[in-house]
Amino acid sequence: MSWIDKILPTGVRKEEGNRRSNVPEGLWTKCVKCEAVLYRPDLERNDDVCPKCDHHMRIGARRRLDIFLDQHDRQEIHTDVEPVDRLKFKDKKRYRDRLTAAQKATGEKDALIAMRGTLQGMPLVVVAFEFAFHGGSMGYAVGEKFTRAAQLALEEGIPLVCFSASGGARMQEALISLMQMAKTSAVIERMKQAGVPYVSVMTDPIYGGVSASLALLGDINVAEPDARAGFAGPNIIEQTIRQKLPKGFQRSEFLLDHGAIDMIVHRNDMRDTLGRLLAKLTATELAQSPPAAEEEGVETRDGEEVESVQDDD
Amino acid sequence: MNPNYLDFEQPIAELEVKIEELQHVGSDADINISEEIEKLREKSTKLTEKIYGNLSAWDIVKVARHPQRPYSLDYIPRVFTEFDELHGDRRFGDDRAIVGGVARLDGQPVMVIGQEKGRAVKDKVLRNFGMPKPEGYRKALRLMEMAERFKMPVITLIDTPGAYPGIDSEERGISEAIAQNLAVMSRLATPILCVVIGEGSSGGALGIGVGDHLAMLQYATYFVISPEGCANIIWKSTEHAPDAAQAMGVTSSVLQDLGIVDATIAEPLGGAHRNVGLMASRIQDHLIGQLDRLQQMPVEAMLEQRYARLMSYGN
Repeated sequence: MSWIDKILPTGVRKEEGNRRSNVPEGLWTKCVKCEAVLYRPDLERNDDVCPKCDHHMRIGARRRLDIFLDQHDRQEIHTDVEPVDRLKFKDKKRYRDRLTAAQKATGEKDALIAMRGTLQGMPLVVVAFEFAFHGGSMGYAVGEKFTRAAQLALEEGIPLVCFSASGGARMQEALISLMQMAKTSAVIERMKQAGVPYVSVMTDPIYGGVSASLALLGDINVAEPDARAGFAGPNIIEQTIRQKLPKGFQRSEFLLDHGAIDMIVHRNDMRDTLGRLLAKLTATELAQSPPAAEEEGVETRDGEEVESVQDDD
Repeated sequence: MNPNYLDFEQPIAELEVKIEELQHVGSDADINISEEIEKLREKSTKLTEKIYGNLSAWDIVKVARHPQRPYSLDYIPRVFTEFDELHGDRRFGDDRAIVGGVARLDGQPVMVIGQEKGRAVKDKVLRNFGMPKPEGYRKALRLMEMAERFKMPVITLIDTPGAYPGIDSEERGISEAIAQNLAVMSRLATPILCVVIGEGSSGGALGIGVGDHLAMLQYATYFVISPEGCANIIWKSTEHAPDAAQAMGVTSSVLQDLGIVDATIAEPLGGAHRNVGLMASRIQDHLIGQLDRLQQMPVEAMLEQRYARLMSYGN
């Protein structure tokens, strides 16, 4: 961080960082991995996956939900859940102020968005982490919203899908955040006992408390290509063992090789793959697929028909 | 500095040295030394009371990590009888950072699971300094499920600097191992009593820490990230660990106020290591009392209560 960044108030810095991840207004952008210059509408049409190198860009929670759910019948749920500062935590800054800054920068109350909607006609509940909000860290609000979403899925007997992206537990909520691990795991276990499917989709990156609870407890665990997921961060491990980590450590392929996940799913295939899986787990007839086709060709099932633009904003 | 005493305890250490010196003199002189020793002892007690009556969060972190702090294997033979250690996760290996086995508490069969840091250097290495790997959590899970089958209450003793952050840990799925324990412990149909006896560090502690009742010893600590880790992230320097300890509220008094910890078990004056026997008997009383209470409830009601409690965290 340059000295000029240091003297800027957090809000300004955050906004700047945010703008970078959401890609500026301009029509051209650069792939953060291969540095190819990309035409913004092309990139959007490709679900924010680089058309040149296939790098899956980090995307926000709302964009994530938008490209995953069917276009109609979506409803955001549990919007009343707000973060609390029970400890009145203060370091160099007050946690309260950090929260306010993050809320301003992202326009979200905290780091998890929940919606109910349909996937290829199948009703379900979906939650997505907003990494731009405090690194997607899980404090009370994230744990509570996840739990309520899961409880709704449980009551209605409809699947829950979670897209996680998180640095772990939120330090500023100390043990309250740690206990969200126990809380979310408990409600997932109830779903499991009741036979209500839970699919966990890991997107870059997932670490710490989120990894050691809700992210790895799916009936089916899925990861996007090249996502990093692990318990301890690479720096901590390197410090502990005093050696360089192997290439690809904690990446999706590593997770697949070591049996932590069921499959790696390309973002373009997410709707189809999860739709197929959930239809089987809920014994939904294959006939449920057509409703998706009703949506004026929104589907890009074979990846060939891209002219039917999904988001025409 | 006397290594048996922490930095803030050095005035006590000095007095103790004086007492010891006088005792040596006492054997070859007949002057009224015993009275003098008695006075100094009283003074030492008062001083200890004073120092321990005013410990900062960081001081308590140090007591919890005191090199003479009693560990699980110090308590197990004093709290329980007939401890038979059971080994292995049946999948990969036996993790010595977690000990477990069947024992009796006041005559009643129980399953005991505790994290063990190890005392002598060789033992510390064997036990990976109390940092469990996936096989440790999976052994614990195996034993807990066995306890459920044989209707034995589960008692866990928490004391870890954290789950092991290493390549092999990640390869074998440390996250999944911890997560699985959280999930299963939330519904295990037998009473689960958890006691933080030393250091409760993050997910590694919680991995054997979900149950019907959570107690902490008076000078034990429980945190989501070590004060050093927190200081490193926020202040970019571990020197601020005392500030981090204070801000996070790592002690039983704060955590009881937050409704996370149910009870604090008082330690002997100057910490558990000054009187292991007394500490063990207090832990035993605590466990017998809580178990009695839980066993009077129908299992269904107990599980509903456990679940409701989990759901309430942070409300």
